[in-house]
Amino acid sequence: MSTIKKFFYVNRKAPYGTVYALESLEVVLIGAAFEQDVTLAFIDDGVYQLMKNQSTAGIGMKNFSPTYKALGDYDVTKLYVEKESLEARGLTIDDLMDLKWEDEDDDWAENDSIRVVTSAELADIMSEQDVVLSF
Amino acid sequence: MAMLHTVNKSSFDRNTFESCLRLAKEGSSVLLIEDGVYAAMKNTTAAEQINSAMGTLTFYVLGPDMDARGIKADALIDGFKIVDYNGFVDLSIEHDSVQSWL
Repeated sequence: MSTIKKFFYVNRKAPYGTVYALESLEVVLIGAAFEQDVTLAFIDDGVYQLMKNQSTAGIGMKNFSPTYKALGDYDVTKLYVEKESLEARGLTIDDLMDLKWEDEDDDWAENDSIRVVTSAELADIMSEQDVVLSF
Repeated sequence: MAMLHTVNKSSFDRNTFESCLRLAKEGSSVLLIEDGVYAAMKNTTAAEQINSAMGTLTFYVLGPDMDARGIKADALIDGFKIVDYNGFVDLSIEHDSVQSWL
C-alpha cells in the first residue's frame, strides 16, 4: 500500500454558490494525508476559488479561502491555474491569493504554489496523472 | 410593468444571464445575486453585452455576495448599483413582479 499515485483534482466551480469547491478541498486534504502526489487545477469558474479578500460575514457562510493558504503545510504545492480562464474573467494573478509553500530541502525557501499555465500546458499535466477527480 | 429580474448563476457557467438580458424589457431591473455577481466585473467576456444593455436596463448587484467572493466595488462595470439585503427587499416591492432566473 506504499505506492504513491499522482492525484489530480479538477476545480471548475465558483465557491459558495455550490458546495463543490468546499468538497474538493476536503478530498484534497484527505489525499494529502495519505501522502499521495497531489496536483490541483483551476479551470473555468474554478479560478474564482482563489480570489483574494473573500469575506463571507454578510452571507452567513464559512469562509474557507484561508484553507488554500494551509495547503503548502500538507505538501500540496502544485496549484495550476488556466490562463485562458483567468483572461475570460478579466482576472490576473494579482487578483488571486498569494499562496506559498516552504521547501524543507532548500533551507525552507518560500516558493509560489500558484502557477498560471496555458490550456496546452495543462493538458500535458493532466495526461500524466494516475487518478483524476473532478469537482 | 416594471419587472425585477434576479440572476443567481455565473454567466460563464450557464446561459441564465444571457437569457435574462434577451428577455428583459426596457425599463426593467436586473439584480445579480450569489454566483450571478461575477458578471458585474469589468473586462470579462460578458462585459460588452452588459454595457450595451446599460441604457435600457438598470443593473444592481448584491453587496454581501460580492464581499464573499472577494469582488471590490472598483472592479465593477460602471453603472452597477450595489444593494444590501434591505435594498433587495425594497427592489422587490418597487417592481410590479419578480422573475427569479434559475
